[in-house]
Amino acid sequence: MKVIEARQLTKRFGNFTAVDNISFEVEKGEIFGFLGANGAGKTTAMRMLCGLSKPTEGYGKVAGFDIEKQSEQVKANIGYMSQKFALYEDLKVWENLRLYGGIYGVPKKEIDPRIDAALKQLGIEDEKNTMVKALPLGWKQKLAFSTAIFHEPKIVFLDEPTGGVDPAARRQFWELIYDAADRGITIFVTTHYMDEAEYCNRVSIMVDGRIEALDSPKNLRRAFKADNMDQIFHQLARKAKRGEN
Amino acid sequence: MMNAVVVRDLKRSYNKVEALKGISFDVAPGEIFGIIGPDGAGKTTLFRILTTLLLADSGTATVDGDDVVKGFRSIRKKVGYMPGRFSLYQDLSVEENLTIFASIFKTTIQENYHLIKDIYQQIEPFKTRRAGALSGGMKQKLALSCALIHKPVVLFLDEPTTGVDPVSRKEFWEMLAKLKQQGITILVSTPYMDEASLCDRIALIQDGAFLKIDTPQHIIEQYENTLWSVHSNEMSRLLKDLRSNDNISTCFAFGDTHHITIKPERSAENGGDFTHKKLEHFLKEKNHVEIEIKSITASIEDCFMELAG
Repeated sequence: MKVIEARQLTKRFGNFTAVDNISFEVEKGEIFGFLGANGAGKTTAMRMLCGLSKPTEGYGKVAGFDIEKQSEQVKANIGYMSQKFALYEDLKVWENLRLYGGIYGVPKKEIDPRIDAALKQLGIEDEKNTMVKALPLGWKQKLAFSTAIFHEPKIVFLDEPTGGVDPAARRQFWELIYDAADRGITIFVTTHYMDEAEYCNRVSIMVDGRIEALDSPKNLRRAFKADNMDQIFHQLARKAKRGEN
Repeated sequence: MMNAVVVRDLKRSYNKVEALKGISFDVAPGEIFGIIGPDGAGKTTLFRILTTLLLADSGTATVDGDDVVKGFRSIRKKVGYMPGRFSLYQDLSVEENLTIFASIFKTTIQENYHLIKDIYQQIEPFKTRRAGALSGGMKQKLALSCALIHKPVVLFLDEPTTGVDPVSRKEFWEMLAKLKQQGITILVSTPYMDEASLCDRIALIQDGAFLKIDTPQHIIEQYENTLWSVHSNEMSRLLKDLRSNDNISTCFAFGDTHHITIKPERSAENGGDFTHKKLEHFLKEKNHVEIEIKSITASIEDCFMELAG
């Protein structure tokens, strides 16, 4: 089952083409890495897929809904987390989860059991009544992920989710991502850590608004005769003609 | 020769949170010194104390021979500071921002143009654009130009590459290498461990304390554990299977392999009997194929994880 379908998606601002005719598909339960240099068009593409910005041309379907004509249904069926965690610092841990559950229309009687299950999975049951501002960064990050998937969306968009956390926490976070993917949640993730690109089932690399490479890390390494994703990224991103302006 | 930065037992708390728990280090003139660690480790607090923007609770620090408390006026004239958050005037143009910084320090853009030329030339085509309308990478270049325009003796860069893609990060470090050639001492903080090798010396910081200060090479040489990389056809399951093995102390994903450390008493180096062959046998019994096991040299990230425990 396809959770994302993008067909010739294009976004122009005036005479600047931020996203230039991109097409790809993402399958259910897949971990899909969306890479590119600053200014390559990742954020604009992601905003279209999340129903926050309408394509100038082309067509896209996310979680079964048309991103242009059914953008509200798209928003209700996806999760989103960015590096600036959308957590309420002055609310307790459980209150943050309760709030997101309410916003996304999780049935009332399901909210409490889901809060307990989420805290158990994170191993922070004892912190249920702690104010979010008192949590260490690594825990906030995991909690932000839990709120993003609290309504069991078909797909979750993660925009540089691991920036700034320590090496161990960064890896524990990826294990949460694996678990969510095993439960059938599709993961769409951007990152500037090239080792994390290796954890994805497939990776796309954007250059100047276009997708210049898309395959599994293993096949990309073979095709580009490279030892790792870092070398591939440098080969492609160096070709960029437009500056980030 | 006098050290560019001298820090002794520096402490600073915010209410009950100890942001700096008594750190000491020296930076030699002309050195690139990296402070490497995650968000919340105390990097920004340290930079704010050294740039005289924040007072320590106790301990001492000097920059280019001046005490950060008694000599703050003198220090402010001769250091450059690029904070982690973009702090230029958003409503002024690129050129106006640079002019302001030059005139505050009683110099002109022309006088020190040679210092910023390589960096500023890249944004000069947009010199009439408002700073607030620049992209992330261009803001970074403008901020660095402004921090350099008075030819500082010591340059403080607080997480200049956070959120920046790998190619732009590499270019930024190439710029720092050129500034070093001009004799400027550079203190730079970063959460990216792969940038450690670009520094002359580094301090690994966590929870307000330094885990280690040395050259990147020495830190790697002092890594104590037995470290192997392991690969198989099923990486997600491999992680769990490796963790279930009693001989293995830690196991983390590292790109296309997992890194494992062997319990000291079980490693062959210490007379134990756990070998590549034994691990391969263990994994074959769990139906892994395409198994590859190698003894490897630690990266700075491995070292950080060992030291942070």
